[in-house]
Amino acid sequence: MLLVPLGDRWLIESRAEFEGEFQRPPGGGPYGGPVDKHVDYAQVDYIANPYLTVTVGRFLTPFGIFNERLYPVWIRSLQPDPLILPIRTAPSDGGMFRGGFAVNAHANVNYALYVSAASIGISSVDSERHVGGRIGFFLPGPRLEAGASWQRTLQDARRNAFGFHIGWQPAKLPLNLRSEFARSFEGGGYWIEGAYRLSQAPFWQKPMRRTEVVARAQQFFVGAIGTGAESDYDLPGVNTREADFGVNYFLRDGMKGIFSYGRQFSPAGNFNQWSFGLAYRFLLPLGRVGSPSEVQ
Amino acid sequence: MSTRSHPKNWLAVTLFAAALVSSLFAGVPEGKKEVSGTPVVQSSSAGDMRVEGERRFHANCGRCHAAPQKFRPRMMATVLRHMRVRATITAEDRRLILFYMTQ
Repeated sequence: MLLVPLGDRWLIESRAEFEGEFQRPPGGGPYGGPVDKHVDYAQVDYIANPYLTVTVGRFLTPFGIFNERLYPVWIRSLQPDPLILPIRTAPSDGGMFRGGFAVNAHANVNYALYVSAASIGISSVDSERHVGGRIGFFLPGPRLEAGASWQRTLQDARRNAFGFHIGWQPAKLPLNLRSEFARSFEGGGYWIEGAYRLSQAPFWQKPMRRTEVVARAQQFFVGAIGTGAESDYDLPGVNTREADFGVNYFLRDGMKGIFSYGRQFSPAGNFNQWSFGLAYRFLLPLGRVGSPSEVQ
Repeated sequence: MSTRSHPKNWLAVTLFAAALVSSLFAGVPEGKKEVSGTPVVQSSSAGDMRVEGERRFHANCGRCHAAPQKFRPRMMATVLRHMRVRATITAEDRRLILFYMTQ
């Protein structure tokens, strides 16, 4: 991930990802497999005023909240993606207006309006033509956020998709509840997730403060596109249910140990999904690190 | 010779024009103008700003991730500019959170 601030209003930002899947061949032998590389976003942001930021380039499509805000491994509570994540989250190449502002002392509004003007489909770079928007309301008092997303494709059959999201962090509990719903021609579904930090446990307080337990329930319903074509969108080919449970242990700042277990239920067969991992986030300055005027 | 414009050109021109108009309306640098209706912390003490910044940090940033370590001010300013765009936090929230995170 690269961030380059220019002046007081500009920001160039980009994120690229590579992912390898290595496994031993059935007959034995050394581990091997493909390495997937792609550019998630490469965009220029111009903060025009307190109400508006203009973004141009390749950007993450703001449909729902997971794709934009919860996707990075050091942020997500469970490593497996939600089943509905591929719904209308193909990267966008075009322009976007977005912003967030307070409507009064008790409520903030955030919005995003975007057009993806390019349709590219070559290995690590793929996108589609579409137009869409998202609006959200955040109440800082009860720490409640809710919003809705819409997108319409501008290629092939022009179809609409809708999404809704909600998040709540009760002030008196170290609990984070989130949920998303999406419906499109390709399919629909929802996920609901709760993450609870054990900081209020009366015993083993030091390790408990660093421990988070997570649970997620989700369902996916095949759309009108037909079961055979779902895999083209990385969606399940049949109606699917899944339950996941996980534990995260924050070893120190920027580093956490990850464990999760999930079980998927579908007519195609039930199976378990185990995840073990270590997520580490670090930051390297590429330029001067003095105090900018905006901090003073 | 055809003079018909390509749709992508119109998109680029529209975006540029919108940004230009917006910046003209903005008038003053980011971070120095308060949004109407925003709970403003005017000429308050550093302690008050830090408390308010911490509250807004937990309300906004805590929705998605745990508290990060405190980086050097310029790095933190860059991170918060990124989060201003990514999480669509308000200008006032960004200012107070930046103050809190750099104390």
